[in-house]
Amino acid sequence: MSQDVDNIQPSYPLFRTDEYKENLANKREAYEERHPQEKIDEVFQWTTTKEYQELNFNREALTVNPAKACQPLGAVLCALGFEKTMPYVHGSQGCVAYFRTYFNRHFKEPVACVSDSMTEDAAVFGGQKNMMAGLENAKALYKPDIIAVSTTCMAEVIGDDLNAFINNAKKAGHVEQDYPTPYAHTPSFVGSHTTGWDNMFEGMIKYFTLNHMDDKKVGSNGKINLVPGFETYLGNFRVIHRMMKEMGVDYSLLSDPSEVLDTPADGTFRMYAGGTTQAELKDSPNAIDTLLLQPWQLEKTKKFVQTIWHQPATAINIPMGLEWTDDFLMKISELTGKPIPASLELERGRLVDMMTDSHTWMHGKKFSLYGDADFVMGMTKFLLEMGAEPADVLCNHANKRWAKAMDKMLKDSPYGQNTVVHTGKDLWHFRSLVFTNKPDFMIGNSYGKFIQRDTFYKGEAFEVPLIRIGFPIFDRHHLHRMTTLGYEGAIYMLTTLVNAILEQLDKETKGMGTTDYNYDLIR
Amino acid sequence: MALRQCAIYGKGGIGKSTTTQNLVSALAELGNNVMIVGCDPKADSTRLILHAKAQTTIMSLAAEAGSVEDLELEDVLKAGYRGIKCVESGGPEPGVGCAGRGVITAINFLEEEGAYDDELDFVFYDVLGDVVCGGFAMPIRENKAQEIYIVCSGEMMAMYAANNIAKGIVKYANSGSVRLAGLICNSRETAREDELISALAAKIGTTMIHFVPRDNVVQRAEIRRMTVIEYEPAAKQAEEYRQLAIKIRDNKNFVIPTPITMDELEELMMEFGIIDDVDESIVGKTAAEEAIA
Repeated sequence: MSQDVDNIQPSYPLFRTDEYKENLANKREAYEERHPQEKIDEVFQWTTTKEYQELNFNREALTVNPAKACQPLGAVLCALGFEKTMPYVHGSQGCVAYFRTYFNRHFKEPVACVSDSMTEDAAVFGGQKNMMAGLENAKALYKPDIIAVSTTCMAEVIGDDLNAFINNAKKAGHVEQDYPTPYAHTPSFVGSHTTGWDNMFEGMIKYFTLNHMDDKKVGSNGKINLVPGFETYLGNFRVIHRMMKEMGVDYSLLSDPSEVLDTPADGTFRMYAGGTTQAELKDSPNAIDTLLLQPWQLEKTKKFVQTIWHQPATAINIPMGLEWTDDFLMKISELTGKPIPASLELERGRLVDMMTDSHTWMHGKKFSLYGDADFVMGMTKFLLEMGAEPADVLCNHANKRWAKAMDKMLKDSPYGQNTVVHTGKDLWHFRSLVFTNKPDFMIGNSYGKFIQRDTFYKGEAFEVPLIRIGFPIFDRHHLHRMTTLGYEGAIYMLTTLVNAILEQLDKETKGMGTTDYNYDLIR
Repeated sequence: MALRQCAIYGKGGIGKSTTTQNLVSALAELGNNVMIVGCDPKADSTRLILHAKAQTTIMSLAAEAGSVEDLELEDVLKAGYRGIKCVESGGPEPGVGCAGRGVITAINFLEEEGAYDDELDFVFYDVLGDVVCGGFAMPIRENKAQEIYIVCSGEMMAMYAANNIAKGIVKYANSGSVRLAGLICNSRETAREDELISALAAKIGTTMIHFVPRDNVVQRAEIRRMTVIEYEPAAKQAEEYRQLAIKIRDNKNFVIPTPITMDELEELMMEFGIIDDVDESIVGKTAAEEAIA
């Protein structure tokens, strides 16, 4: 029973020893009032049926694993992308602990973010006192250049007014009048993490540009602004930088947390690293245009860019896969007059070569996927380009217009004829679909592993492997460093997808003397 | 005698606080141990008992101390006329924070600190006029007030409010033990007021437990921050409050109310001549427009 100090074992494999097996069985027998295994299996089997799916899709009162997170989480990520900026959440401590651990677990990095710790009395009297002390303390302790304020549910339900509170804090001298304090109301019970990113971004550009538009002229700095939206692949920030540099385009990547979320272990702790500068932000209305890399989640930003900056915010799709990366680069070229360089053409050629190498394996394979609106759309587009067949595509927070656009794209492809698009549905709905409409693979974040476990429980023939592309990925290391945008991103996605297929084929054909007639050295 | 917890609701300005304090004084005079819990950020539910402008509230003390956990019961509980215990929940200034949450916090604090001791016969919750959110329904949640008295008068809006409060009670009554215990008519001297309120009470399944007439002595006592019971015990009005107290003490008529529809309420008012038959042709017409027509 006791552990050996020189050989401490975690629950697995420790609990597989006879001693623990017996112990756990006794506990179950004596205290857990567990149903008999046959009953559990009977119910389990029922939850995998079409009949259950129908009930499941008529579910009204309950959400089981919504496949989205809340607004302030997005606001924090947005704020992290600006130079020396401290995300500050007006509300209760637990919420902020959640945002920090959520990012910690994904990025394996410390995440600086503060809360003004509203407690019961703040809930009754409003959080102005917390705001005053919080701004003063955060500035004194962590010395940021910007404090970016967002809110939790608690502050929103009681109607705390950030504009008034922050101004009162400044008037009372807690921070200087001209200290940058962009803010956004981010009620968690509205929208999702992507809404929160959009709101915080609007808060940033509002703070730095709204009252400084007189001397601004569209196109005067010759730059292109790029807004990533809620983006967690560090490689995506890097590939945007690289592509723009190769094109010789002057640009601003507005919100770039790729440094602060990837600091080196060299003995120096960096609370702040990299990020978009204030100067770039202030100069952004002078750009030729602002392109939104995840347009479906940046509605407020788009409106601000069009009405305040008077830039067209030219419509693009997320630059994922071959065609939409082509479109993106051509649009940049068109806007700036810079040609697409040979280096990118070469990269494109390599991708096309890879696609032709692998397409026979991808062809006709069924994938079901879930995640954020733009990611899911881009991934669907890439699957269609590879001749793979999206089965069920689910996005909880997407709207009807998105679903229509998805349907149109799918109908235009021979591989999208049987695809069903789901909005407002959760991962428990998705679980039903994985059983009844058995795809070859799922694509999504780590939460899908529980669906994979369930399908495996039904039987090996029913198992649907999860391919981890999305956010969050808690149970695999370093995938967040990869790239999903541009040709480079398509290369990574293709490599991941096709090798998952080959892995699975090896798994199925490794039976010696039974299935190994197809256990080939060369695929 | 087991502790009886009663909540007083009614339209804003109808005289809930005055009626409650006079009623409670009369109950104390009858030898009962009583506590008043003011559930209104204005904190004016105990001033006639304490002869004070406004009692220091639980929430303001909590804000001073840092949190509710740092408070002691004796900090917030004051004894007034005939040992009546007084607390005020308090709450934020108008326009900020959440007053409803203040009521919840304060009542939880009282329970946790054992304010409801065995010696008490009655607790009265004097609640803000409009039950605008869940916080103001705190006194009628499970294991708190089980008897609700609604103060009303023969005025149209007071009756609307009474009927609406009855609707609110139904929500809690169906799942718990809270009951409507009666209407208290605080007279505004409208025509046939007692008959009208009795009729309304009958419609929603309860009774008009007492008709409190209008008397200037109430105002004279209030100027002195006193109840009539204390200021002029021999006054006729004091006797009215005593009768109300006795009726409440002996009350056994606790019901799940049967609130009526707007149409029924309007019909009732028409019957008593409070409003005329609704003439659809005048709805939405200004005086000037009517003059032309």
